[in-house]
Amino acid sequence: MKIHEYQAKEILRKFGVVTPKGKACFSVDEAVKAAEELGGNIWVVKAQIHAGGRGKGGGVKIAKTLHEVQARAAEILGMQLVTHQTGPEGQLVRRLLIEEGADIKHEYYVAALTDRATQKVAIMASSEGGMDIEEVAHNTPEKIIKVFVDPLVGLTDAQATELGKGIGVPDGSMAQAVDTFKKLYTCYMETDASLAEINPLILEGNGNIKALDAKFNFDSNALYRQQEIVAYRDLDEEDPDELEASKFDLAYISLDGNIGCLVNGAGLAMATMDTIKLFGAEPANFLDVGGGATTEKVTEAFKIMLKNPKVKGILVNIFGGIMRCDTIAEGVVTAAREVHLSVPLVVRMKGTNEEIGKKILAESGLPIIAADTMAEAATKIVAALK
Amino acid sequence: MSILINKDTKVITQGITGKTGMFHTSKCREYANGANCFVAGVNPKKAGEEFEGIPIYATVKEAKEAQNATVSVIYVPPAGAAAAIWEACEADLDLAICITEGIPVRDMLMVRNKMKQKVANGGKETLLLGPNCPGLITPDEIKIGIMPGHIHRKGRIGVVSRSGTLTYEAVAQLTEIGLGQSSAVGIGGDPINGLKHIDVMRMFNDDPDTDAVIMIGEIGGPDEAEAAMWCKENMKKPVVGFIAGVTAPAGKRMGHAGALISGGADTADAKLAIMEECGFKVTRDPSEMGKLLKAMI
Repeated sequence: MKIHEYQAKEILRKFGVVTPKGKACFSVDEAVKAAEELGGNIWVVKAQIHAGGRGKGGGVKIAKTLHEVQARAAEILGMQLVTHQTGPEGQLVRRLLIEEGADIKHEYYVAALTDRATQKVAIMASSEGGMDIEEVAHNTPEKIIKVFVDPLVGLTDAQATELGKGIGVPDGSMAQAVDTFKKLYTCYMETDASLAEINPLILEGNGNIKALDAKFNFDSNALYRQQEIVAYRDLDEEDPDELEASKFDLAYISLDGNIGCLVNGAGLAMATMDTIKLFGAEPANFLDVGGGATTEKVTEAFKIMLKNPKVKGILVNIFGGIMRCDTIAEGVVTAAREVHLSVPLVVRMKGTNEEIGKKILAESGLPIIAADTMAEAATKIVAALK
Repeated sequence: MSILINKDTKVITQGITGKTGMFHTSKCREYANGANCFVAGVNPKKAGEEFEGIPIYATVKEAKEAQNATVSVIYVPPAGAAAAIWEACEADLDLAICITEGIPVRDMLMVRNKMKQKVANGGKETLLLGPNCPGLITPDEIKIGIMPGHIHRKGRIGVVSRSGTLTYEAVAQLTEIGLGQSSAVGIGGDPINGLKHIDVMRMFNDDPDTDAVIMIGEIGGPDEAEAAMWCKENMKKPVVGFIAGVTAPAGKRMGHAGALISGGADTADAKLAIMEECGFKVTRDPSEMGKLLKAMI
């Protein structure tokens, strides 16, 4: 689960990390009022969407008068902000963050994430803040310092100091930097985050260390015990079809192709998408109906796939284990009737009660194309579209 | 022979009284020698009761001592699953197989580090398979987990995969062309887990009854690349490799918690390239895993 920048900063402040003063706003009037309350003579107007790259896309602007705050807020609020993470259609800006300006002397990068290879928490820092860290990692890997934290011990002073020295924090600001790294680690663990990134972490002219921008992702497996985090969820930022699918416990992700696919199991679902591509077409979605697919679930899955106007054909690929092929076949037949299916449908079934399942499909009177292997299924659905 | 388990393995079911635990314990007991293998269940609130004639104990330790069990299978719900793994480890079992899907990553981080600390301090190592995995099977001897038993056939091919249904796919292809399996192992789809591809490849390499291996991976994480590099230097047997997710977009979690592209090395293309370089016969067509392997032996 993702959250907005202003929410990430709220969390950081709760754990004692210093951030600029700021206020979330939903209208231009609120933005002007927020700037007035913050005081000072320079403000930053920041678009709040879940995608990164907002600055480059024109979603972050400086204002030096209240009049400018009003003008910039009016420009940004309601715009379709296009960044490298939103896709070409962009994302509608519905919220703003109005923040006091900062006196930036240097920009650093720091993030906490779980390292799969070592099974520890990696704290990554760099002297090259304010940039895309993937680029830094690619072009100048020596500028990224990493320490691996044993969760049974926590981030030690020695490790935090190693990070601070490694990225060139001046001696006078070291204590603050060490303190910030340790608080970031605590925050990462206690909120069940899967990523906690401060980019940039700035050194101000007066030597203070501050989190100027922040990004968090959270482990969806742990949301049941993170009610405060769940309250930050912004459904406007999520794909409506993926959201609808999640209500029925279906793992669904929209893609750009025109062949819908419905599969049981995440690995098999990806392999099915790959096979469609291998045989010359593009998948319209990832959809895992899971181990306990019922007729109702299969019907909902068909409805969600068919909401996508690009879908010109559907491939169902089921490996019956505990889930029997006849159950799925009944679900497919019911679903096809209920949604008045008008695009070609190829079904490939394997495993438990395969023969009964195939018979149900054949006797349904529906124009269902049967296939034995994934390759055959993909070939047939691609041919049916031509 | 086989890897990790055989017809004489004695198994404890942790979470035997839940719906999933009951259903699958029953299915596992129906398979091959299962009725003699599944000897105990654990539930602190139902100690002294029975399930299908199997005694239920309050703790793993008691179950182990009473029944001489060495392996446990865990169906405990996500919030308590990491604690169940630790209990199996504290009871010094040889192997704990965690089927549970949806365990918080932080819980897995803590328990994995506790398990490593125990070994570092001279304690007995308990291997962990999973979580979020289908389990493992040695055909015609024993199945521990949720895979459909009837698609398997006894033989000399090893299968290892992060995905349940893709394991079944590979197994069914092998069985269909007359190649049986020595063991089929699902290591699970979570980012923090126990046995990895490399560990299972080592075991297959050492197993005199395994002639060749199908190794199936997916996007996300460094495991397949690590295993491939180990195989390049050490593996004496032919390996067919497949990676799911060539078409998966970056930054999206594809069903499995661990199937997420967050950097270049996470992609299917990158992994396939390394596997090929390390001497695997790789394919982009999952329908031909079985056929390719047959051509190699």
